[in-house]
Amino acid sequence: MTSLDIRSPGPAAGGGRPPAVEVRGLTKHYGDLVAVKEIDFSVAQGEVFAFLGPNGAGKSTTIKMLCTLAHPTSGRAVVAGYDVVSRAKAVRRHIGLVFQEQTLDDQLTAEENLRFHAVLYGVPHDQVDQRITKVMDLVALSDRRKDLVSTYSGGMARRLEIARGMLHTPRVLFLDEPTIGLDPQTRALMWEDVLRLRQEEGVTIFLTTHYMDEAEYADRIAIIDHGVIVALDTPDALKALVGADTVALETADDDAALASLKRAGYTAERTEGGLTAFVADQEAAVGPLVAAVGVPVRTVRAHRPTLDDVFLHFTGREIREQHADAIPMFARAHGARRR
Amino acid sequence: MTTLSTAGPTTPAIPPIPATAAPTPDTRLSQEIRVAGMVWERELIRYTRNRTRIVSGLMQPVLFLFVLGYGMGSLVGSTGGFDFRKFVFPGVVAMSVVMTAMFSAISIVWDREFGFLREMLVAPVSRMALVLGKTAGGATVAAAQGTIMLVLAPLVGVRLTPLLVVEVIALELLMAVMTTTFGVFVASRIQKMEAFQVVMQMLLMPMLFLSGALFPLNNLPKWLTVITRINPVTYAVAPLRQVVFAAQDMTPAAQARFAAGVTVFGHTLPIVVDVGIVVAFSLVFFGLAVRGLSRTE
Repeated sequence: MTSLDIRSPGPAAGGGRPPAVEVRGLTKHYGDLVAVKEIDFSVAQGEVFAFLGPNGAGKSTTIKMLCTLAHPTSGRAVVAGYDVVSRAKAVRRHIGLVFQEQTLDDQLTAEENLRFHAVLYGVPHDQVDQRITKVMDLVALSDRRKDLVSTYSGGMARRLEIARGMLHTPRVLFLDEPTIGLDPQTRALMWEDVLRLRQEEGVTIFLTTHYMDEAEYADRIAIIDHGVIVALDTPDALKALVGADTVALETADDDAALASLKRAGYTAERTEGGLTAFVADQEAAVGPLVAAVGVPVRTVRAHRPTLDDVFLHFTGREIREQHADAIPMFARAHGARRR
Repeated sequence: MTTLSTAGPTTPAIPPIPATAAPTPDTRLSQEIRVAGMVWERELIRYTRNRTRIVSGLMQPVLFLFVLGYGMGSLVGSTGGFDFRKFVFPGVVAMSVVMTAMFSAISIVWDREFGFLREMLVAPVSRMALVLGKTAGGATVAAAQGTIMLVLAPLVGVRLTPLLVVEVIALELLMAVMTTTFGVFVASRIQKMEAFQVVMQMLLMPMLFLSGALFPLNNLPKWLTVITRINPVTYAVAPLRQVVFAAQDMTPAAQARFAAGVTVFGHTLPIVVDVGIVVAFSLVFFGLAVRGLSRTE
């Protein structure tokens, strides 16, 4: 299974630079429960890396171990060049953390929260103001800088937390379920922020999520289930593993259409209410395909395997969706068709 | 969404990891002090921003001063022109300090509930710096609250001198340090908001009532005497009352009736010993508070 070839560098991997995160045989037991079992992976510098899995799959445990908040039972993890066990404090200095739950002081202003953080992480005096201005700009909250956090909406608070996580110029930014509880527009905004951060600050982003559509933003995805990584690759490669693109057609005469397609060299078959052609790239195939049918076409539906299909393929079940309402937004954002 | 797709895999030019010098012991120490200062500043910001807290922090002691002072005062009567209101005044100032300090320290429970504690605990700083800042902050706001109470002194006929005010503020700070460290220690063991109320009822109120703040500790039943002598707050209230009384005109009879100092085995402890005991308690509570916070996260 090529997807488990963990040594293959991520798409954003730079020539010869040490990985931002390197994990070997990482394991965590809670009593008899094995939360994470001998996982291996590495994340290249500047990569957006997503841990995708249902609740309780071991995502949070893994991120806690990488952030030195939980002690591995066995195995090794190196983050930003430091061992998470022996150099825990150095790791913490070089990572940014955004937790699932809010960790702002809402009786302070945004700026006061950031200033507090800057001191905690030892940002030099003369750089504090400059960094605060920079990160507030990055998340487009500059005009609310002097406002109490208690006046912020949930989405704004979350974006402020991301800004805060970036304040001390970390090498790796960890986001644990960053968009949980946010409305679709806010999620999209937050993702714009995150990708802008990556572009401007070159930070590596490690996130956990159980939203398929969110994982699409990642350069690479690790699917974790029952504490084991069951697949790891780019979203496209993972989808390609699951199956080909298809184009479903309804025509005036499906039998004649099928015959025409086969003459034209397509692989196709009759399906309920029409026919389905298997193609390499659904978007590019639609035009020539319709031309090759030879009879009037009533409907065309192109389908590319989604991450849902991928998840189903690797885990044998569908991921639990807790905020199904958020999906259409992301589906649109990616031009994917509705299921 | 073109901006998003172009931000994909190939685009960013990633700056190399900057070389970070390992912090020297010297910079590490100044960093810890800076952190403690920031925690202290936050405590002050939160205190000054919360007007209702300042007012409600004043209401209860004022109530004690006037309700108890006048109510009990008529029962107790006066000796040589010295009455119960004057006796209870330093105690009420101490109550206000202890309650403010305790409230400040125990806000860690809120910080835990609302997540901010996590922001502090995951940072690469020592627990000691955090507790130090918290203690300094709690002490500052509590001493401020106690000092505001001094404006009531003329109303009950207690004479203030500049020296007395300085002495009172110093003792308030000391008392507040002990209470804050104790409060942080207790708060570090509290995981739930519900437990907070219980702690306040079961710990704070008995500690205040059995400290000699509201009645003299002489001639109590033996079991009660023992409890009051175990109570750390007792040794913080006594010196405060002693310095206040020293600035008043008191007849020997009044001094005997309204005793200020703590007696242990028949000996009245001098202020120095009281202060020494409070310092010792503070150090122990400080250590316990640091340990208590280290257990979490």
